[in-house]
Amino acid sequence: MAGRAGPLGRAAGGAAGLALVVLLVAPLVMTFLKAGEGRLPGPAEYGALRFTLVQATLSAILSVLVALPVARALARRRFPGRRLFVTLTGAPFLLPVAVAVLGLLAVFGARGWVNDLLGLAGLGPWRIYGLHGVVLAHVFFNMPLATRMLLQGWSAIPAERFRLAATLDLPPGQVFRLLEWPMLRQVVPGALAAIFAICLGSFSVALILGGGPRATTLELAIYQAFLFDFDLGRAALLALMQSGVVALAAVISLRLARMDGSGSGLGRERQRWDAPGGWRRALDCVWLVLAGLFLTLPLLALVLDGIGGLADLPARIWPAMGNSVAISLGCAALTVCLSLALSAPMARWSEGLGLMPLALSPLVLGTGYFLILNIWVSPARLALPVTLLVNTLMALPFCLRLIAPAWARAEADHGRLASQLGLTGPARLRWLLLPRMRGALGFGAGIAAALSMGDLGVITLFGSPERETLPLLMYRLLGAYRTDAASGAALVLLAMSFGIFFLFDRLGGRDA
Amino acid sequence: MKHLALATGCLLATQAVAETPVLNVYTYESFTSEWGPGPQIEAGFEAECGCDVVFTGLGDGAALLSRVRLEGERSEADVVLGLDTSLMAQAKETGLFAPTSASADYDLPIAWTDETFVPFDWGYFAFVANVGEDHPSSFEALAASDASIVIQDPRSSTPGLGLLMWVKAVYGDRAPEIWDALSDNILTVTPGWSEAYGLFLDGEADMVLSYTTSPAYHIIAEGDETKEAVPFDEGHYMQVEIAGKLAASDQPELADAFLQYLLGAEAQGVLPETNWMYPAVMPEGGLAAGFNQVVTPDKALLLSPEEAQSLRDEALAEWQAALAR
Repeated sequence: MAGRAGPLGRAAGGAAGLALVVLLVAPLVMTFLKAGEGRLPGPAEYGALRFTLVQATLSAILSVLVALPVARALARRRFPGRRLFVTLTGAPFLLPVAVAVLGLLAVFGARGWVNDLLGLAGLGPWRIYGLHGVVLAHVFFNMPLATRMLLQGWSAIPAERFRLAATLDLPPGQVFRLLEWPMLRQVVPGALAAIFAICLGSFSVALILGGGPRATTLELAIYQAFLFDFDLGRAALLALMQSGVVALAAVISLRLARMDGSGSGLGRERQRWDAPGGWRRALDCVWLVLAGLFLTLPLLALVLDGIGGLADLPARIWPAMGNSVAISLGCAALTVCLSLALSAPMARWSEGLGLMPLALSPLVLGTGYFLILNIWVSPARLALPVTLLVNTLMALPFCLRLIAPAWARAEADHGRLASQLGLTGPARLRWLLLPRMRGALGFGAGIAAALSMGDLGVITLFGSPERETLPLLMYRLLGAYRTDAASGAALVLLAMSFGIFFLFDRLGGRDA
Repeated sequence: MKHLALATGCLLATQAVAETPVLNVYTYESFTSEWGPGPQIEAGFEAECGCDVVFTGLGDGAALLSRVRLEGERSEADVVLGLDTSLMAQAKETGLFAPTSASADYDLPIAWTDETFVPFDWGYFAFVANVGEDHPSSFEALAASDASIVIQDPRSSTPGLGLLMWVKAVYGDRAPEIWDALSDNILTVTPGWSEAYGLFLDGEADMVLSYTTSPAYHIIAEGDETKEAVPFDEGHYMQVEIAGKLAASDQPELADAFLQYLLGAEAQGVLPETNWMYPAVMPEGGLAAGFNQVVTPDKALLLSPEEAQSLRDEALAEWQAALAR
């Protein structure tokens, strides 16, 4: 494949790759340079590594396992409101962590709806705290991602194949073996690796729902090294350890993933000829209902909880919303450009590289940038640009995961014709690639914008005298006992993250 | 030419601003928020100093200290406000802070002798619960009961660290045993105070680690008398919040004046109902009536900064070992 990328594409990819490596490595190096005496990671840190691996592995496997039947049902069933269903069930992935935990507790907590129901049935209260709670929360966050990745895989199988299968009257088992299995082999490893990497960096969810120091993750160990012991060297070493694990997972997933062998189609409207009726139809229905409830009830709880608090919101909500939207749009634009550049070489190295930001602790990243900037200028002055940069890096893996395959597919399907016509460089991008990638571009930009909107991240590390973002405002309200207003702010945040994603996804249009 | 004129204009504007001295104060996030003491104290001091006070909010006490250490002598901060005595020895060891001339006649349950840091407010840690329930009156009684509690992680939160010191101050070498007995009461541990308090308000747990003055917020600001702090017979550990001047400050006199203002009647009068802590110097009119309704412990506990510093690692290890099981 790599042979077909033009010199321009390779140059763009090379430049973006180099910039990425510098952006990721420089903060680590700087943190090491600044490190004084400290101690090496000991048994406590290895315990944290073990717990991190266990919860991330379980979360990744379960998220994908649950997403499989749901994505399949979505791919082959048509029902009124299907599009809305797809969008709504994607929402948890876009939720800020602090907000999502509130929603989960409203459903699964001690006074949550599940326990109300259990109480009616005379069953004892079910406690969410423990490893099962951590995994439940991670599945809630990440199953939507897995579902969307799988759904895209299913819709990428050319409609002609399914028509042919129907003409040949292939039984469902054969359709699975010949059409769906090759696609799954390509998509599932990537989904597993992405979710594994996301869960690896989990910190507050793991601690709050995990029930205490038992549930110490590497990211928390990094916090401890940095805040409690001020041991920058150990913080950087732990961050390196985390990157190593993610790099390993990325390599394994890229090895396992096989290119799609089903060839090209005409991109016509998909109409599934194989959707079997009878009990299979009922089962699909059950999966959709269950997934719908699991993913939307916490959102509903947040809405119900937040409406009352809307009236208590301070006037500062407006500038905070403005700042958040600005960061979010900037992040979407930057992330999409970077993803396009990294997709251009159509090489595994660039795709693998694009996953690496997932592997770096935002705390160490932020601290590293802080130390670098501090040489020349007071970092607080650059809080918003640095927030933008870190958010872009954090959103890049997801965006690239969507855009790179879409680019490769467009090239595989129509590249030869385009080359014969002498369509190269920017013209090729404009007339062949971008139109064929609309769905992925819209989705990718939406994810970047929404993730960035909800991120509290580095802005608290840098501190900013005047500039306030929406998540920061929510955090401040919580810190000032204003729980009702904070719920209101959470609702606004939810609506805005979701709204901006919906807007971009709509602009992208057709896929899904 | 136009560009040149514009550039000159900018330059002049910058110089005009530079004539007003700027005092940079680093503090924790909730101090500088709209509902915290920050805005009123800023306005009050600016009215008398002819300077510009700029608050920068940064996480909590531990994040504050890390930040100053990261910046080192290049820090733009003149004053750091919001460390506590558990962090004080560590802060002094950095050598980044300078002695201050600010002082006052403190109304603290302890004698204050340090010359680098000034205490500006204080409170007692306590478990907060709903009124009307039966509450345990000591850690041992709590461990024997089936009450559920939410606490904060000492690695990422100052109240969490305060609780470690509290148990250590009361039980000394028996601390591991107490943590072991408490482990089945601890519903969960949160990274910071606000998550824990939120869980408690949502009804997830019976009690939460907070301050004896927390119910005063509910009484005064919300007219809600359903929350109370639970008195422990063995005494309550104190949190004394401190502020200090940085040695590398380019405005040392202004920094001293600010610290003195912080201890004055005006600022001290603002603190109780914005930071929900006791003032270090009692204002003449006393406190709002809501504060009279809260529990005042019979016995105040506080380890010296040096003791707290030397016990920190050991206490954390004991806590981790007991709760990891």
